[in-house]
This record gives sequence, structure tokens and C-alpha cells, in this order.
Amino acid sequence: MRMAELAMGVVMGVFSLYLMWKSTELPIGWIPGEGPGGGAWSFWLSTGMLLCCIAIVIRWAKRMTPQSRSTEVYMDSRGLKLFLLNAGALTAMIGLFHIIGAYGAIPAFLIFYLRFMGGHSWRLTGTFAAVTPVVTFLFFEIALQKTLPKGFTDPWFEPIFAFFY
Amino acid sequence: MDILPLLLNGFAIAFEPLNLALIIGGCAIGLFIGAMPGLGSVNGVAILLPMTFLVPPTGAIIFLGAIYYGAMYGGAISSIMLGIPGASTAVATTFDGRPMAIKGEADKALIAAATASFVGGSVGVVLFTLFAPPLADVALTFGAPEIFALMLMAFATFIGLGTDDIPKTIFSIFIGLVFGAVGLDIISGEPRLIFGDIPGFYHGINFLVLAIGIYGIGEMLWTIEISKGNAMMSKATISVPRILNTLVELTRTWRTMLMGSFLGYFVGILPAAGATPGSLMAYGVAKTFAKDPETYGKGNIKGVVAPEAANNAASTGAMLPMLTLGIPGSPTTAILLGGMVIWGLEPGPMVFTDHPDFVWGFIASLYVANLFALLINIAFIPAFIAVLKMPFTILAPIIFVLCIVGGFVPTLDMHDVWLMLIFGIVGYFMRKLDYPMAPAVLAIVLGPLAEPALRQSLLISGGSFAIFFTRPYAGVIMAIAIALFVLPLIKIALDKYRRPKDG
Repeated sequence: MRMAELAMGVVMGVFSLYLMWKSTELPIGWIPGEGPGGGAWSFWLSTGMLLCCIAIVIRWAKRMTPQSRSTEVYMDSRGLKLFLLNAGALTAMIGLFHIIGAYGAIPAFLIFYLRFMGGHSWRLTGTFAAVTPVVTFLFFEIALQKTLPKGFTDPWFEPIFAFFY
Repeated sequence: MDILPLLLNGFAIAFEPLNLALIIGGCAIGLFIGAMPGLGSVNGVAILLPMTFLVPPTGAIIFLGAIYYGAMYGGAISSIMLGIPGASTAVATTFDGRPMAIKGEADKALIAAATASFVGGSVGVVLFTLFAPPLADVALTFGAPEIFALMLMAFATFIGLGTDDIPKTIFSIFIGLVFGAVGLDIISGEPRLIFGDIPGFYHGINFLVLAIGIYGIGEMLWTIEISKGNAMMSKATISVPRILNTLVELTRTWRTMLMGSFLGYFVGILPAAGATPGSLMAYGVAKTFAKDPETYGKGNIKGVVAPEAANNAASTGAMLPMLTLGIPGSPTTAILLGGMVIWGLEPGPMVFTDHPDFVWGFIASLYVANLFALLINIAFIPAFIAVLKMPFTILAPIIFVLCIVGGFVPTLDMHDVWLMLIFGIVGYFMRKLDYPMAPAVLAIVLGPLAEPALRQSLLISGGSFAIFFTRPYAGVIMAIAIALFVLPLIKIALDKYRRPKDG
């Protein structure tokens, strides 16, 4: 935990420096007749972020925060495994949105999560995997007319939309 | 103007069968839309506005007003049940509503939210009826310096609370403000902070992307880790004795409810402010002046009551400048204003004399909608509780799916979904190190309002910050903000002074 506190402070400090540099793409000083330049707001806020990171590192060095005094591990092996499984499954689902669309990715994610991670029966898994995309489609696409990504399955939906409209 | 006969005539209009049906239908639809992560009153009103062409203008605005009210109630449901704010107006409700649900007090939190919403809405609509013109005049005197001072006070409340690590809190505010600045510079129109020249950054970072990332994905990853993937979401039951006990407990929060209602109403009538800063400020004020500030964020019922009373009062307050002056107080009222123009009504002071049936029918409908929103909300609480009893391994993937779809819907851009995932993961890592996330969400919402206010103020003053102290309203608000900023330093100094003495 102690090393994670330092690492986060340093990483965010570097990110603040990047934001400061990125902000200078627009003027950061006073422009007569226009007021502060377009980059001033984000530049000075990023500077503030950097100062906070310096304060966080100083407090870490002086062991002033509970995390900087902690001897616990930041993430144990069980926690890491759960994090990787969940974050990985989410990443895969979002990636699949681009390829097979929402109505392929959502059932795939639900089958993986409910059956293989949750250990639920095929009946329950199948019910959720079938009902969730249908409810999502009816609510978002038909009622609210918000189109979700469909990937290569897009042409398959034309008869369904023709039925509703 | 004699208000009572006009209001009674308004009630006669509101209770016409068609209008009553529109109120009940609007409240139910609004409640459902508000409870959906990623969808709020603004989505509901915008999407259903075209449907109102089927009814007369009075029925149309009554329907949209009922959706607005229903959505304000509904926003609290996903904040409490899923830990995902349904809309920015319900962000503050997550702070204590979610811990209450995790502790098995979801029913209590939902009843508190519904009751506070009712009180806030009632106070708001009574103030709307009685004091519309003078309050609108006060709000209209607010210029850019006053608006910026108000924003600064909202941030100062987070720092002044003193329970979170101060450098981490300030960092969280700054990073939220920087993310709020991504997109196009409001004055020059030039691209700003377009990371890696990715086109998705040109439309800025929607606050919902950060909010759902942190409070949806990050929250779920956190819950999965602490429960080792085995726990139920939380235990919750509802029964008549529990409801009665909660109502008794709520009578002890009347001061917080009224504070939230009045504060929310006043902030709501300020153009460009609205229910989100109103609810966050009410939460901050409730915590600052509480005898037990350390219990906030851990499931204090007043942490639910204050923002919920405020956001409903603010939603009513936001209609005041819209109806009397033609200036919307919130994005939702901006759409309502557009609807009025489409219906052939010109918003402004003249609408009160030219179309009294329309105005007073609408005002009376707000009283009725407020009551129906409460009844529908409470009637559905057992259904919301049933959701909590589902095994965690069923609820978690459903919430993840809701987060992903909810993050996509506002902008219909997959870029935002990826960004939401990144925010969720980074937010989870930061949360493990006690970085407070709420200030970042507040900042990304208020940033796009605070920056133009600051730049306009400095332009007016020729670059002098004295403008924030020489104007009466701005000066008072700045003095409060500075006091809140300095408060933690005073606490630290006092602690240091006392410690050697105690030792």
C-alpha cells in the first residue's frame, strides 16, 4: 500500500506535467481585449494538480497518511484475479460492441459472467442472456430511439425496424 | 394579483381527466427514466417532447413537468440501489444513500429520498407560487462574478469538511475541472486538450462518463474486491414497522430538509446553476454544520435528505426564470422553454396575463405531480428492494451492462464507453488509496460553468480579482468560500496547539 501511494502520486504528478504542457497549445497568458487565453484555465489547474501531487509525496515521505504507514499489500492475489477477470470481461464486451454489436456482446458477456464466473444454471443464464438484449432493444431502440452499435449484424435488424415503423 | 383564485382555477384545470392522466403517466415515466443510469429528466423531456403535440399546450407542459418531477425522484433510486447516479442531480445522494443500502437500509434510504423529495418539491412549488417575481429579481442581479463565487463556494464545502485528505481532495477537484475543460475553448473555439488527436475528445468529456465510470464500474470493482465476489449486494427488507420507524426518524431531520429545500430552490432559480450544484451544496452545508460530520459518507440519513430536498426544490426553482423571464434555469427547463415556443407561447412576464390558464394550470399541476410522484415512488419501493435480494453474481453483470449502455446513450459514441472504462479502473485504484471521487464529479459538472464565469469576470475587471470582493453578493459568497477553505488549516493549527498541551 505504501509503495502504491507513492506510485500514484508520481504517476499523477507526471500526468499533471503532461496536462500543463498540453494546455500551452493555446495561449495561457492575458490577451488584451479577450481576457485570459484559452489554455490559462487548464494550465493553472494542472499546476495546482502538480502542487497537490508534490504535497502527497511529501506527506508520504513523512508518513503522514494511513496509506503511507500501511504495511498491507495493495491487492492480494485473489483480489488481483477478480479484478483481472471483471475488468477483462468488461474490456472484451466493449471490444465486441464494435464487431458483433451490443446485441451479440451483451449475451456473450452475460453467459460468461453468469455461467462461468457465477456458476449459475444454463436455464437461468439462458433466460438472462435472451431477455436482457430484448428489453434493451425495446427500451432504447424502440421507445427512446437511441441506436446502439450493431457491428456486422446491422443489416439483420432492418426487418425488425421495418416491423416497428 | 390575487393568487388564490388563480391557483384554484389552476387546480380545476390540473384535475381535468386528461391532465390528471398526463400527470400520473408523466410521473411514472419520469420515475422510470430517472432511475435508469445515464438517463435523467433532460433525456426524458427531450425524447418525449414531440409526443406532446398530440395534446393542448397546457396538457403538454403539465406532462413534461410531471416527467421532470418523476425523474427527479427516480434519480435517487439508482444512486441508492446501484450506487450509480441516475443523473448528475442525484450524485450527492450516492454519498450516503449507497452506504445505507450496503448496510441493509435501502428501504430507509429510499423512503428518506422520497419524503425529502416531496418536502423539497412542496417547499419549491409554494415558494414558486408566492414569491416568484421578487426572487427572480434577486437572481437576475447575479452576474458572472457572483456565479463564479457560488461555484467556488461549492468546491470549498468539500475542502472545508476536513474529513478527507486535503491535498487529495483538492487534486480531485482540479482534475475534474481539467476534464471539464476538454473539448473546444468556449471563447476562441479552438480545440483544447485533445489527447492524441482522438476525435471523441472534441465534444468534451460528458460528466456521465466520469460519474458512471467511477460510481458504476469503479464501485462494482470495489464491491467485488471487498466481498471477494461472494457477497450479496446488500440485505434489505421492507415492512410497515420499518416504514413507520423511518418516518419517525425523518421527523428529526426537518431542519436539514428545510435547509436543503430553501438552498436548492434559490440555487435552482439562478440561470446556469440548477439542481446539481444545489444538491451538492446542500449536502456540503448539511455536513459542515452537522454535529457528526464524520458519519457523512458512511450512511447518514441526513446525507440523503439534504440533496434530495434540494434537487427537487431546485427543479421547481429552475422553472421560475423560465416562466417569468424566458431564461432557463437548467438544461431541462431549456427544453421546456423550447416546447413553449413551439406551442406558440412566448415565455416571459406577459404569459401570466396573456395565458393565465396555461400558467396557473401548470403551477397547480406541480402540486399534484409532486404528490403522485411520492405515491408512485413509495408504491414501487418493494420492487426496488427485491432487486437487492438477487445474488451478486446476477446483479453485477446486469449493472455492468446498464453502465455500458447508459454511458453510450448520451452521446452515442463508443469513445465515451472506453473512456468510462478507463475512469472506472483508475477511479477504483485511486479509491483504494482514499482519493475522494465526489469532488471530481462535482468539478466536471461545474467546470464548464465556472470557467466562462471567471473569464467574463476578469474581462469585465481588466484582469483584477478584486471584482469578486467589491460586489456585495459576490463578496459575501467569496467570504464564506474563503472561510471554508481556511477552516481545515485552523483545525490543524488548533490540533497542533492542543497536542503538546495534552501531552
